[in-house]
Amino acid sequence: MSQFPLTHPGGAHGFVAAWKWLAALALVWILQFTLVGDLDPYFFTILMYAGINVVLAVSLNLVNGFTGQFSMGHAGFMSIGGYTAAFITLFLAEREPALLQGMSGELVFIGVLLLGGIVAGAAGYLVGLPSLRLKGDYLAIVTLGFGEIIRVVILNVNAIGGARGLPNIPALSSFGWVFSWVVFTTFVVWRLVNSSHGREFLSVREDEIAAEAMGVNTTRAKVRAFVIGAFFAGVAGGLFAHYLRYLNPQTFDFNRSFEIIIMVVLGGMGSISGSIFAAVFLTFIREALRYLKDSGITQLDYRMVIYALMLIVLMLTRPNGIFGTREIGDLLPARLRRGRLPQGRAEGIIR
Amino acid sequence: MIEFFQHVVNGISVGSTYALIALGYTMVFGILQLINFAHGEVFMLGAFIGMYSSRYFGFGEHPSLWALLAILALAMVGCAIMGFLIERLAYRPLRRSPRINVLITAVGVSLFLQFSGQLLFGSDPKFFPQVFQPSGDWTLGGVRFNPLQVIVFCISIVLMAILQTIIFRTRLGRAMRAVSFNHDLASLMGIPTNAVISYTFMLGSALAGAAGVLVGLIYPKIEPLMGTMPGLKAFVAAVLGGIGNVTGAVVGALTLGLAEAFVVAYYAPTFRDALAFIILILILLFKPTGLFGTRRTEKV
Amino acid sequence: MKISPVLNTFTRVVIATTLSLSLAACTKKSNNASQDATQNAAGDTILVGEVGSMTGSEGTFGTSTHNGIDLAFKQINAKGGVKGKKLALISMDDQGKPEEAATAVTKLITQNKVAAILGEVASSRSLAMAPIAQQYKIPMVTPSSTNPKVTEQGDYIFRVCFIDPFQGTVMAKFAAQNLKLKRVAILRDVKNDYSVGLADFFTATFTQLGGTVVEDQAYSSGDTDFKTQLTNIKGKNPEALMVPGYYTEVGLIARQAREAGIKVPLLGGDGWDSPKLTEIGGVAMNGSFFSNHYSQEDKAPNVQTFVEDYKKIHGVAPDGLAAMGYDAAMVLVDAMNRSPDLASGNIRAALAATKDYPGVTGRITINEKRDAVKSAVVLNIDNGQFKYQTTINP
Repeated sequence: MSQFPLTHPGGAHGFVAAWKWLAALALVWILQFTLVGDLDPYFFTILMYAGINVVLAVSLNLVNGFTGQFSMGHAGFMSIGGYTAAFITLFLAEREPALLQGMSGELVFIGVLLLGGIVAGAAGYLVGLPSLRLKGDYLAIVTLGFGEIIRVVILNVNAIGGARGLPNIPALSSFGWVFSWVVFTTFVVWRLVNSSHGREFLSVREDEIAAEAMGVNTTRAKVRAFVIGAFFAGVAGGLFAHYLRYLNPQTFDFNRSFEIIIMVVLGGMGSISGSIFAAVFLTFIREALRYLKDSGITQLDYRMVIYALMLIVLMLTRPNGIFGTREIGDLLPARLRRGRLPQGRAEGIIR
Repeated sequence: MIEFFQHVVNGISVGSTYALIALGYTMVFGILQLINFAHGEVFMLGAFIGMYSSRYFGFGEHPSLWALLAILALAMVGCAIMGFLIERLAYRPLRRSPRINVLITAVGVSLFLQFSGQLLFGSDPKFFPQVFQPSGDWTLGGVRFNPLQVIVFCISIVLMAILQTIIFRTRLGRAMRAVSFNHDLASLMGIPTNAVISYTFMLGSALAGAAGVLVGLIYPKIEPLMGTMPGLKAFVAAVLGGIGNVTGAVVGALTLGLAEAFVVAYYAPTFRDALAFIILILILLFKPTGLFGTRRTEKV
Repeated sequence: MKISPVLNTFTRVVIATTLSLSLAACTKKSNNASQDATQNAAGDTILVGEVGSMTGSEGTFGTSTHNGIDLAFKQINAKGGVKGKKLALISMDDQGKPEEAATAVTKLITQNKVAAILGEVASSRSLAMAPIAQQYKIPMVTPSSTNPKVTEQGDYIFRVCFIDPFQGTVMAKFAAQNLKLKRVAILRDVKNDYSVGLADFFTATFTQLGGTVVEDQAYSSGDTDFKTQLTNIKGKNPEALMVPGYYTEVGLIARQAREAGIKVPLLGGDGWDSPKLTEIGGVAMNGSFFSNHYSQEDKAPNVQTFVEDYKKIHGVAPDGLAAMGYDAAMVLVDAMNRSPDLASGNIRAALAATKDYPGVTGRITINEKRDAVKSAVVLNIDNGQFKYQTTINP
């Protein structure tokens, strides 16, 4: 049963290891200024959505995978973040258009993204606290309902467009920003699950009663994971809004949440690299399926049926997804893995 | 004042359709502690079975009470089979898996039925043949009653009583209660737990099928996505009444129906769908066991 | 052992980026998209892209539009095509989602190098598509997006339908002047920008013409029970009930309105136009009125040919969206014929100069805001049939 965290003891390194994350960030920005301008626009669009989906999937994995709670409202938090951020930039675009140009535009963008994330996180706290206090599957239904409530509220607020949506959002999302957030989200989640807080999350997933007996405040751990997940979903919403340049409540329906869930489940609940892989894979495969449809092989849309079936079959045959709780590093030859627990699958020992 | 009473009648009539769905929901939850997300989709299938069979037999042209009873029976049998299959294929293999895996499977089954429904039946709304049309309007001091909805209300009360009898007065019911209390212990006592769970699923699904036909009759527009919202609301109703409790489910459903009617009537119609979830959050905050529920202690 | 830090976590990023880079190298763009479009048109086919919601909860809308466009292209090709070239349609499904529509239009323009875009049905998707078409300067003609903001996105965006303000006005004028009504109640669908727009403009004009909106209730598409709203409306005793929603709900609303004892006529917009309306609504729909783009009873030869041809292929009479799709395609073809060549700028100019084009949905003139100016018809539902009532000019 137990997939204990011993497979990721990377946390032992502390912040010494931070340089590689900075290197990744640098790489993102080097790419931004060199190669990205020449990319094919269609490919670029898919790439951007893939990046946004990675942020969503990795952050949801923190809740669904690492903490073992089942949230079905990620799209709801995404919409909160997206609408908050877009509302502010639209306001600025009207009042102080100069502010959105050049460097100050980038600063404003990072500000609104953070703000969107914070508002989403706060909403996560409000929703999470009552439902996470209880045992059982209430979180699933409450988050599902929360997504609906958010949509109803957005539909009823005329200032943010209601059913008409919010057009003409300034195009501020760039490759650099989206992928910086990919790196940052991965970094935060990675560091977190390898810290003592992360151990709390994992203990909640493995056995709540035992965790409580060991002195873990399980409600606090769950709410924390949930709020952090909501924060990044909100940021992803902001990135999405400023890339598509148009928001509409129907974008954030339940199917959207479901797509993120399938990314997490397919990749492996409890594997960050699994989520990244699945998010990229599913974003690209969706376009591949589009070709299939264009070529007239099938006029029906089987995609969602396949996804749903995949979910069931995965649970029945390989409940841990493709990666399980492993990371891509675990696939390397054992001698290259410094600091990984004694060779051989650590979880095997626990079992 | 007449309007107020009309709102009450409207609320109760909507609530009784929720009650029909909530009964099945609460039974399945009672025995497995599993939120059977697919319950709303079984309800949808019931409506479609009813539509296709009454088209096949041409009941739409010759409405009669017998036609209604015939398609009710068909839909109930069809849904019971569906419920059996769902439990056998998707839930039983996971009996010993972590809870979250079962939950994900339940969501998967629900979505699978939704989307295959869209492929199979098409996503456009279909007309449900009027197989039974009681004549005339019933009015009482200016308040109008839809005869069909009065019938649905009575059916849900009768079903509640029948279920109550099954659960508390029969051997099967005793077995159900035992399984619900503790699977392992029940099987040690010689109770065929798997069979009992199958029966419960079939019973719950048959109720959903009946609800599908009756709702189709009252609101003659059916579509593959029609089950989602009523399914969720029925769940909220079941939680409100104390999940696992049959009387609670009906009371919870009627309360929810009334609350919705008043929100629509006196506050904002568009918040109707949000209301159910606000109630759910409030219940979870203040009385997680619901109105009639009993607290279960968590065991290691 | 020292190399390991690079290899466990950082690897992921490196692998991801190298993967994407190698992919990117294969798909690097070669040329300016709009130039390509012209070059492509130099071959023997003209590619036209279509984006629509063929699946999902609004699947029926996209499919109808597609059928109309498809019919138009078949007819044009049978007559020899445009400028000696055949037309080829590339259709993309967006499942009713704005972001999918945006991706689809990007693909059509940059990969398929289409000369023009037809779509989308709904304003919400057109609003996501329009900035992209504008950015690449590819003309986009939307058949039925009625939100005024759509064509405000740029000078390459056109529509062949009338906009919400006009349609709302039509019904208001009809109610106030033809039916001589004073008190009307509204039941609007807040989930639909179209319905909200119509309701708002109806209210404005109707009040201006001396009428009163006695009650303004709302529902969300997907609802099945409207009795509570209808009870409130009944209490106000209106002379008519304006329900500017889609046929998917209106049928049920009509039934429940009659049950609740509301006997007055229902009024609506082009969203009603479907055989499903009377199938679901039954006798409850009789005596109601709605505004539409065209009437199948119209004796004009082009309308009758269209209805006949459509029935031949699809077995059912065309609904409003099919007619709009057909007209969008025909207006585009007309512009291509008038344009000196198939460069996107010239097609755009020709589209903008469209004047009195005899479409099946009326004579279409494109105004300076790139919106179609044309008359609307009001239909009366009589015994399950849509009967022509009157024409209202802009």
